[in-house]
This record gives sequence, C-alpha cells and structure tokens, in this order.
Amino acid sequence: MKITFDWLKDHLKTNLKEKNLLEQLTNIGLEVESVESLSSDNQLFKVAKIIKTEKHPNADRLKVCDVNVGEKELKKVVCGATNASEGLITIYAPPGAIIPKTNTKLEIAKIRGVTSYGMLCSESELNLSDESDGITELSKKYEKNIGKSYFSKSKSNLIDLSITPNRPDCLGVKGIARDLAASGFGSLIASKEKKIKLKTKQTLKVKINKEKGQGCSAFGSCLIKNVKNTESPQWLKDKLISVGQKPISAIVDITNYVMLDINRPLHAYDADKIEKGIIVRNSKSGEEFTALDNKIYKLEKGMCVISDNKGVLGLGGIIGGTRSGTEFDTKNILLESAYFDPRSIRNTAKKLNLDTDAKFRFERGIDPLSIETGLKKAASLIQEICGGEVSKIDIQKIESYKTKIINFDVNSFENIVGFKISEKEIQRILTDLGFIIKKKKNSLKLIVPSWRPDISKQIDIIEELVRISGYDKIKTIDPIKDRSKSTLTQTQRLFHFLQRAIASKGYLETITWSFTDQSYNNHFREAGKEIKIVNPISSELGVLRNSIFSNLIMYMSKNLDRGFKDLSIFEIGPVFTGSKPGEQKTVVCGLSAGKKSRLSWIDKERNIDLFDAKRDVVQTLSEAGYHSDQFFIDSKTPNYYHPGKSGRIFLDHKKDKVAAYFGEIHPNILKKIDIKTENLIGFEIFLENLKLSGKTLKDQKLKFSVSDFQKSERDFAFVVDKNVEAQELISVISNVSPNLISNIKVFDVYEGENIPDNQKSIAISITIQSSEKTLNDKDLEKINNSIIETVENKTGAKIRS
Amino acid sequence: MSDLKKIKDEFISKLKGKLDLAELNQIKSDLFGKNGLVSSQFKKIGTIDASERKKFASDLNIIKDELQDLINLKINEIEKANINEKLEKEKIDVTLPERSFVRGKIHPVSQTIDEISSIFSEIGFSVEEGPDVENEYNNFTALNTPDNHPARDMHDTFYLDEKKERLLRTHTSPVQIRTMLKDKPPFKIIAPGRTYRSDSDQTHSPMFHQVEGLHIDKNINMGHLKGCLNYFIKEFFEVKKIKMRFRPSHFPFTEPSAEVDIGYEIKDGKIIIGEGDQWLEILGCGMVHPNVLKNVKVDPTKFQGFAFGIGIDRLAMLKYGINDLRAFFDCDYRWLNHFGFDPLDVPTNYRGLSR
Repeated sequence: MKITFDWLKDHLKTNLKEKNLLEQLTNIGLEVESVESLSSDNQLFKVAKIIKTEKHPNADRLKVCDVNVGEKELKKVVCGATNASEGLITIYAPPGAIIPKTNTKLEIAKIRGVTSYGMLCSESELNLSDESDGITELSKKYEKNIGKSYFSKSKSNLIDLSITPNRPDCLGVKGIARDLAASGFGSLIASKEKKIKLKTKQTLKVKINKEKGQGCSAFGSCLIKNVKNTESPQWLKDKLISVGQKPISAIVDITNYVMLDINRPLHAYDADKIEKGIIVRNSKSGEEFTALDNKIYKLEKGMCVISDNKGVLGLGGIIGGTRSGTEFDTKNILLESAYFDPRSIRNTAKKLNLDTDAKFRFERGIDPLSIETGLKKAASLIQEICGGEVSKIDIQKIESYKTKIINFDVNSFENIVGFKISEKEIQRILTDLGFIIKKKKNSLKLIVPSWRPDISKQIDIIEELVRISGYDKIKTIDPIKDRSKSTLTQTQRLFHFLQRAIASKGYLETITWSFTDQSYNNHFREAGKEIKIVNPISSELGVLRNSIFSNLIMYMSKNLDRGFKDLSIFEIGPVFTGSKPGEQKTVVCGLSAGKKSRLSWIDKERNIDLFDAKRDVVQTLSEAGYHSDQFFIDSKTPNYYHPGKSGRIFLDHKKDKVAAYFGEIHPNILKKIDIKTENLIGFEIFLENLKLSGKTLKDQKLKFSVSDFQKSERDFAFVVDKNVEAQELISVISNVSPNLISNIKVFDVYEGENIPDNQKSIAISITIQSSEKTLNDKDLEKINNSIIETVENKTGAKIRS
Repeated sequence: MSDLKKIKDEFISKLKGKLDLAELNQIKSDLFGKNGLVSSQFKKIGTIDASERKKFASDLNIIKDELQDLINLKINEIEKANINEKLEKEKIDVTLPERSFVRGKIHPVSQTIDEISSIFSEIGFSVEEGPDVENEYNNFTALNTPDNHPARDMHDTFYLDEKKERLLRTHTSPVQIRTMLKDKPPFKIIAPGRTYRSDSDQTHSPMFHQVEGLHIDKNINMGHLKGCLNYFIKEFFEVKKIKMRFRPSHFPFTEPSAEVDIGYEIKDGKIIIGEGDQWLEILGCGMVHPNVLKNVKVDPTKFQGFAFGIGIDRLAMLKYGINDLRAFFDCDYRWLNHFGFDPLDVPTNYRGLSR
C-alpha cells in the first residue's frame, strides 16, 4: 500500500513530522517497507513526442527516434520498444536522470554506433506499474504538456507500507489515518459528504440471482447520464501520480481515487453498452469474455459474473470486460459498488491465475457498509469534473450485513499481555478505532466496525489494545532456569553423536536439499517409490530424494571439477519412502573419493577403498555404544553398490534390521554420471534401525574384571574354499572356548602359489588366556587341537602345515 | 717379577692401545676364558704354599678386578661411540611434513541448531521433531489458516499431489500441532528443522531451516515471551546487552502477533549486534491463537502461551558473517572448510557456545 503524508493529511490533523510518522506506522503494525523520494529528481522526466522514427542502421530491433522534448532541437534517442512510433506522446528521461526501477543514472551513450541522448521510459521503468510492454503511451491531451515535467512537484515522499492480510481497512488512506489517530498521532478529520442531488431513477435493472454459491451479496449502482469524460484535473492527476498510479481518464481516475482513499473498489460501465439490465449470476462452464487486460478468459462453472442479456460483462470484484469499458467518448455511466464474498473471489482468481488490485482488496474483505458512501463520493466527483445527472442509488441485496458483537472482559487484557491499562483508556482506544461501546456490569459490549472483518473474538480486541498502546509497554519477564524434562530424546542424542562421530573421521558435513534431480535419484532409488513434487522450482529438482547419494554424488562431482581430488563428505538427514507424512527415514550418508594418500614422501599411495568406509562405519557404531564383535556382515547390498565390493552390517546375528551399508558405488553409475576419480566409496547408516537399549551406557557395562594370568598368542593358517568368509572362521573359533579365547585377529589372506585353485589361506592370530590360572603347555595344546578340529569340521578348512 | 705382575703390566699396556670390540673380546677371553691367563692363575691357588696362598689369592683378585674393570670400561666406550656414530647417521629432516591428516567439519547450520538447543535447554525447553512432508491440515488449517485465507499466499508451497493435501512443510509450526495432539499441557518445546518454500533467488532458498518454539501453561503472557526471546538473543549472540524491538504484525496462528527486530550497526564491514540504530528483523512470534488451541483439544480458557519461529540460516549468517544463503546448500568444499566447525566443538553451556 503506497501513501504520502500529504494524502494522509486529508484525513488526519497533525503537526508531527514525517520521521515521527514512519516510526508510529511501524509501532502500530503498519510496517514501513520503504520510503522513496519523489522530489526534484522526478522533475527531470518530461512529456515528449516522437516526431520521426528510423530503423537503427546496425540493429534490427532498435529504432532511432527524433523526439520533441519542448526544446528548440529534437533529441535523438535510441529505443527498442515496438510501440515507439511517430506521433506517440510518451515520457522522456534526459541524461542525468535516475531511472527509478534500476536506480541507475542515465548517461549519453553510444548504442551500437548511434549516440542516444536519454531514454524513452516504460511504465515499469518509472515504477508506475509492475510490468509493461513498450514505452508509456500518453493520451493526446498531453500534447500541450510537451516539455513539461510529467510528475507534479510533490514535497511528500512515497511511503510503501506492508499491510498484513488481516487489515483490509488499511488498504485505504482513511483507515491508516484512523489507526494513527487512535494511537495518538493527530486526530481524525470527519469526512464530509458532499451533497448532490439525486433526482432521476436508476433505470437499468439490476438483479442478483439467488443461487448456490452466489459470490455477490449486495450490488449498489447509480446511473450518471450525459457526462463528458475528460482528462482529470491537475490535483487528481497529481494525487494518483504521487502514489505511483498513472492517470488515464477522469472517470477511471475517480474510481481509483475512491478506492485508494477509502478502500471502496468501484467499477464504471458504459451504460449504453449494457443490454437491458445487469444480472449477477454464476458463470456457466465454458463461457468466455475479454477482460480489460485484453486477455480472453474461459470460465468454469460457478464463478461470480456480472452479465447482461448478451453475456458476461466482467468478473465481479476481479476485473471488468472490454465490451462495457468506459472511453473518452462515453456518455452514460453505470457506477457499481458491490460486496463480493472473499472466498468466492479467491477461488475464482486462483483458478484463472488472475491478480488485480480489486481482487486483492475484495479477498481481504471490503467494508459491506461502504457501498453507498463510495457511490456518493465518486458520483459527486464525476459530476463535478465531467458534469451529468446522477440517478438515485439502487442497492440490490440478497443478504444483509449482520453487526458483530463482542462481550469484552476487561481483565482479559492483562492476563494475556502482562500489563494493565485503565478501562477508560480501553474505551478511548476502541472508540477511536470505530467501536461502539455499551458498558455492562463486568464487561464491555462492543459493536465491531463494519470495516474490520478480522475482529470477531475477545483476543482480537486484546490485540487492538496492545497494538495501539504500544508493544514497548510489554514487560520483560526473565525466564526461570529450570528443567523438568531432558532436552533430547535418546534418538536425538544418537543423531547428534553419529553426526559428530562421522565428522571426526575426516568427513565434511554438508546439507543438501531434500529434493533432487529425477535422473540422479533413479540411480539410487532401487524399487523405492518415486515421489514427485507437483510444482517444483525446476525440473532438475522435481522429486523427493530416495537416497542422499544422489545429491552427494552431484556435489562431489562439482568439487572434483574444482580440482579437489581426495575428499570425504557426508550428510545426515531425511530420505523419503512415500508421500505420506512420516514416510521418511533418517540416514547418515557418507561419500569419499580419490586416494587415501597421494604424492606422499612417506606413505605408499593407494586408492580409498571399502575397508576405509567399513572402518569409519564400524568405529562410529562402536563409539556409539554398539559391540562390533557382535556385528554380522554379509554382502547383500542395494544395486547402486558394486555387487562384489560392498557389504551390509547388522548389529547382531539376528539380522533384524540393516544398520548400515558400505562399499564402492556401482561403476555403471560412475560412468553414466561421468564422475572422474580413482575410486568412489560410500556408506549409509540408518538411524531408526539402530536399536536403543533403554539402558544408559553405564548400566549396560558388565562388572569390571580382567585377568592377569599369562596370555599366549598362537598363529594358525587355514586353507579354505574361496567362498568361505573370514567372519565364519572367526565365529567358529570364538565359539570353541569363549572363556579362553580373548582375541582373534586375521592377519593375512593369501591366494596363489602353493594354494589350490578355488582356495585361499587365511592366517589368524588367536590370543588365549584364562581368568583362573596360567595355562600350561598341555592346556594350550588341547585348545590348539580343539580349534583346528572344530574349524576343519565346521568350515571344511585344512590347517596349513 | 711375579707372573701376576707380568700379566698385569703386559695387559694394561695392551689395553692402552687402540682396540676394537673384537680385540677387546679376544683379550677378555685370553685372560678370563676357560684357559685364560687369569683363570689359570686361579686354578693354581690350591698348589701354592699355605703361607703365601692368602696373599696370592688377594693379589690375584685385585688384578682380576682391575683388568676386568678396564676391559668393561673400554667396551662401554666403544659401544657408546658406536651408538653415537649410528645415531649420527640416523639423523632425519624433521621439517619434512607429517603424515597427512584430514579434518572433518560440522556444517554451520548444524552447529547453530546445537547452540540454539543448548540455550533453550537451560530454560527448560525440550526438542521435538516432525516430518518434512506434512498434510495440509497440520501445516495450515489447524494453524488457523483455512483454505480461503490470503495468508496462504505468503507461503509458496510445494505440493506432492494435485489435490494439495500433501505438501512440504512451509514452516516448523506444524510440530506445535503434532506435539499438542500427542501430549497434555504444559508444553515447553523447540522444534528445529528443514522447511520449504518454492522461492529461489539471492536471499531465498527453496529449503531453509527454522526453529519453532512453544510454551503453553497456565498464565504465560507476552511478558514471558519477551523475556524468553530477550534471553535467547543475548545468549545466542554472546553479548551482554541487546537492543530488541517488538513490532505488531499478523500471523494467523498467533494473536497478538509480533515481529522482532534487533539493533545493529556495521563497523569495518562487520555487523555488530546489540549496538547502533539500525533494525534487523529476525523472528516472528505471538500468543498462540485460541483457535489453534481448540484445534488441538487444549482448553484456551485454562491454558495459554506463546510461540515463535526463527530462521536458523539467517541467525547463522548474522553470527558467523556469512553473506550468501545459497552457499549453505552448495557443498563447496572450500566453503564448508572455511565456515564449518570442528566436531569436538560441541556447544555447551559451561564451555561456551563458540570459540
């Protein structure tokens, strides 16, 4: 909402300064977004006329225009607008002018070899509208203004307010003045209604169809005959321009002025173009009309339209149609002032993807009792400027406005807000805001002003009172440092533990978006459901990620392109299994590329490999309190891992839920993504699959006991079939004599010479120690034999002699 | 001259020469070996006259000790020299680089979340979470934002179905709803997490982070809200004093609602929080709307309280001098390394939030 202090003063009597105004606006919740100076700079923009256009010698799309800017000589201006044509009256900016939209200073410039002295401006470049095609087109009436400044001399700055959606009343200057006055900033000037004679009858019949979902509950109108539509007088033009609006013609300008002044949208029809009468009805499916934005809209069933016998004239409260629009030669006007249901407006505008000023206002709620005020205000101005006879006002209604009444408990204010204001002050504020108050025994009976659709409850009154009293009056009550519940749950603690445990192993934590590129996602989706976003910001971000790998690989690739070769990154976050709330899992996903050591004077160079990832995962899990000697590992992994060089980890032999995967990323994926690195190793840890013991770590620990009896280390080499896994040997050995075998370590794996094909030799060092005595040779011999015998029997291994 | 004296003189003179380890060992064996000169003398003791035996034995032992000590001394000298010589050769250039190491880092957003949790933990808030995919009811309707409410336009929502029933949550406020539906009052929670809006430019990212706060009990009023946020901002920015301004605003799910600005100034290109006369908006808050409480079956005549929502990324940017929001999610190694935190730096109350 754009206003000026000058305009505010139409409604507000005050001696205060603009600086105070800006502060006060913000203090009462009408946030000042920006303040733009409309002073001297703007005087540089002049009304000008294109005398001649020629094609630019070096550019097809550019024209060289000779422009009359009111000086003796014509100015040569290079212009790219398609509508730049001979005879067009437009707005010229000379070198030195600052273009409001871009905030850049114009200079004399050579454009493709032709010197351009200044620029012809579009409405958007002048911040007169958000979008515009081509340069500004001014009416013939401006011919006499050529060379004069387009903008009037205004001392008032343009103040842009961010009005929250609950405050439609402040979409009019008067509403803002009322709020300011209530807060003690000046006093509200009572509006004087100009008396006009309403002699004739409104002869155009208006009917609101009573049908289901009718979006219009009241339609007020008056007929103004024999007007002479003209250019607006300077005061009106200045007023509109001062808030960034472009004057068009008196009738349009007047309706805009009333809308901006008291937030009462109006619509003017050329009455002669209406066939017989107005019918407000629901649209039929497929009905079409051309709107004032020159677009044809095809309507769905049930939209609120203003129509006549011939068809749709306009979409009520949203946009009018070209067929009945007013022109300079319009003689007879039908002026509309109606109430449209916000919900209906919103639905229709959403379906047609239409956004207009009227829509913005009606969907927030227009004062239903402003129909007549608005009509009178506009009609009297039209009569004053354009002449004509004004008919009596006709208001058709299918529903009457019901006054809202709130019984307000005065004590409730302190209860919510924490400080107290007197009942007298409460009454003063509410009266200033337009409430009608009846004092009752323990409460106030309040009649809510019709322009406040946001107020229906006691809490709304409390908000008004604290807003106007000032938020700075709210006390600061220091919080009590007391905690009755633990801050984090066990799972949350585990989340943070894993996060830092992985980072401590040399991984950089990343945070990537929860959505990703479909093609990347497909590499890692397996049989998972694809979850599409209906309205993604781009097709490359069209699906929710089924795995974190898609993003990590994409960003890993970017970092490799930056010239970093050896890199470990990870993310802890959600992956999605379905589109219902809760169909998501928390995964710790890590990815490493390149070599473990590169160009080292001391260490042997080698590629990073899956055992690096396996160490990071196993170490992290054991740091988190899980016992790595109980882990069960096999090689069944999702298809995005290398089938032979990847594994999965279960916390124990029950193989309940997969705790983690680790391994090389499938070479096919690397090829498709075209990622260049020596090796790419990843892992995934599934947070929700990690069982929480329910006991603290302290309680999980067994009694502390150690043996000081002598321990013996014995080495064994077993020859086994290639497909026998080390884990199996270890498992068999540890079960031979759990009390005596304290440690098992694989220290060599060998295939080749001296070992039959399809077999391998696994060398294992076993530590044997009793907690009861020092074992003698005989005891050790017995265990040795027992180990060999058991391993040979259970795994088909042969001890290597 | 007795044999003993002869042996002694001969070997002492021998031992004065320059000898290597082998020669010394030879001498040692010549003297003390099985048939060595000294050993042989010991064997003779029995044959010597009883009158002279005692003296002989005594002299012999003295000579033995003398020679032995001398030999050992010599051997030690040589061994020491050998070690020194070896060490001299083993000298290495210690300025050569150590074995390479890599440092992992924690993302600034994660660090900031931990800082926030640590601060609110002190005043009794616990951490709640909710799903990223939400239904339309929890994200909007239950939060007093019905379908026809213009406030919905302010959230550019990502939808997962044509009917617009499922969406990516546009704020962390639905966690309020989930928490209140699940438990009974009082509630005192914060809910940090990912949030999504289909908005993407220099200052907007389609994904960002928020932390929601909710405190519902009997008699919790706006003064408590102000006190809570005042405490939080002071602790978070680790400053003794802050300037804070509550400004009336509107959110459908709170009433009265406020936006909170903090005072700052720019000194030498750096932002200083708590000083100056510039205002920076950092959060939205208010008293939970009675309609919201009704929607979650909490009696608004008995319970009341406040809620707030803070942009985490923005807080991190302010505290750690990060300019570009988009860089948070770009995973540039250099950025992560520069702005990331050591995993051992866990924000805690007693060690301080940051170094």
